[in-house]
Amino acid sequence: MSASSEELAVKEAVSIAPAAAGAGHRRGMWIAAAVIVAFLIPLFARDFLTFQLTQVMVYALAILGLNLLTGFNGQFSLGHSAFYGIGAYTTAILMSRWGVPYFWTLPAAGAVCFAVGFLFGLPALRLQGLYLALATFALAIAMPQILKFQPLEAFTGGVQGLVIDKPDPPFGLPIDADQWLYYFTLAVLLVMFAGAANLVKSRTGRAIMAIRDNPIAAAAMGINSALYKTLTFGVSALYTGVAGALGAIVVQFVAPDSFSFLLSVSFLVGLVIGGIGSIPGCLIAGLFVLFVPNIAESISTGLAGAVYGVILLLVIFVMPSGTAGFIRLVVARLSRLRQF
Amino acid sequence: MELLLQQVLAGLATGGIYACMALAVVMIYQAIDHLNFAQGEMAMFSTFIAWQLIQWDQPYWVAFIAAVVLSFIGGVAIERVLFRPIHNAPILSSLVAFIALFSILNSGAGYLWDYTIKTFPTPFGNKPFLGLTLISTHQAGMIGVTLGMLGLLYLFFRGTRLGLAMRAAAANPESARLVGIRVGWMTALGWGMAAAIGAVAGMLIAPVVFLEPNMMLGVLLYGFAGAVLGGLTSPGGAVAGGFLVGIIENLAGTFIPYFGRELKLTIALILIVAVLMVRPSGIFGRQVVTRV
Repeated sequence: MSASSEELAVKEAVSIAPAAAGAGHRRGMWIAAAVIVAFLIPLFARDFLTFQLTQVMVYALAILGLNLLTGFNGQFSLGHSAFYGIGAYTTAILMSRWGVPYFWTLPAAGAVCFAVGFLFGLPALRLQGLYLALATFALAIAMPQILKFQPLEAFTGGVQGLVIDKPDPPFGLPIDADQWLYYFTLAVLLVMFAGAANLVKSRTGRAIMAIRDNPIAAAAMGINSALYKTLTFGVSALYTGVAGALGAIVVQFVAPDSFSFLLSVSFLVGLVIGGIGSIPGCLIAGLFVLFVPNIAESISTGLAGAVYGVILLLVIFVMPSGTAGFIRLVVARLSRLRQF
Repeated sequence: MELLLQQVLAGLATGGIYACMALAVVMIYQAIDHLNFAQGEMAMFSTFIAWQLIQWDQPYWVAFIAAVVLSFIGGVAIERVLFRPIHNAPILSSLVAFIALFSILNSGAGYLWDYTIKTFPTPFGNKPFLGLTLISTHQAGMIGVTLGMLGLLYLFFRGTRLGLAMRAAAANPESARLVGIRVGWMTALGWGMAAAIGAVAGMLIAPVVFLEPNMMLGVLLYGFAGAVLGGLTSPGGAVAGGFLVGIIENLAGTFIPYFGRELKLTIALILIVAVLMVRPSGIFGRQVVTRV
């Protein structure tokens, strides 16, 4: 896997180098076009499709969180369903118990998840690779039980969970609630994606990636490996927590068993499909995680897991850099063909 | 004091389950240096095979032996087909492959045998053991089988050429290859043995927790906790760790109000994180030193 991705990077560098000046410009054009299309979709699509696409964006955001951790920092987590759940519950409790407006619950959910992620990340400094996967695996499995914990029932609603109201569009906008939620989610998504892209490009981002590529060399360069790893874990949890908060508002319901280990598996599948270390790939991942299980379940119940598994194996063996990497490879090949 | 003693005994009984799982986890860890997150689902699948054979009117022991043998073959096949090609890939690839295996086995079992809860027979009966009300003959049998397996493994690894070859392949693959040991096949053998041990564990656990595709998730977590507590490098330590985890679980359930009974899985989480922080090599494991 590492060999092929290195090879890919070299090819890409070779093919892009002459056109490097134009590449950033072209990328900006693509993003602008995508945003305009995304903006127009709800005006033409049916309500249910709008609702589904909103969920796609929520998943994309959650997977972006996992990608920051795994793709850019090289740490593994099987426990991001727990952070998604904590974000969702923070929003649900704030909205249904204390009547906080929905848009204020997002920063709160982000802050709570950052704190939990940071604290959980502290032992992660000592846990490398597999051990971190094990600890987060335990977290994912324990989470539904913690959410059902009886003494906390006054807050969490216990096994029944919590129901929250769908927010109305503000300022008397002539759109319905589903469309408004779509635009709200789109706005949050754009801000968060821009934040992630900037983070990765910054000095901090280079430090984060240096730790992934060679921890010892990074430490020798004076990077505070412990601090950056913990912070990355916190930021990753923050992203996934905000996604969970949005998810709760979109679905209008939280219950302990929606945040089981299987959700973590979905995130991991999405991450691998979309492409590890690719920010736009997270959108492909979101589409995949929402629509593929639906198609599989419509063929036979319980088949979704098997389809996930088979696709995961195919990706690992055939397409190790994910869909985004595959597209990059194809584009690189095509542009090279054109040169001759 | 009597309550404490009773709970320790009951803890030993449930600990037998975890010890079995921990033993299987350590077997694969020894062979490939990875934690098998699909271990529980492999055991569950084996148990379903035994259940199906019993449904087809086979006697218990025929079904038992057939399931163990099939699991062994299945374990070897999984190593050859899935994990052999990626044995040099980064950790993430292995992790994803384990999760893929987990998903496929879990939903495959749901697809073949559906998600309703099934009962599984026990060969030991469910009468009180030696007149003690706390521990049943099945639980006593479970402890006995676990210790028996551990004894056989010890004899195998210490007393046979093949066991020695497997230890050599795990300890130093390059040197082992130079003296003519087929390291790849030793790894496959380790997988087969782990799958077979898992099958035994699954069939012993099924009468207690009932048979269904999701039955092993919690048990696997406790198995991991046991393996980590005892030390991932030591089969005997893993078994001891499994028993210890059983005792800790029972004592916490009795003596810590609310917390112990309702948050059993959280206890496993806390145990795992605490052991990894304080002593990552476990109680009986050896410190692994890598050359930079």
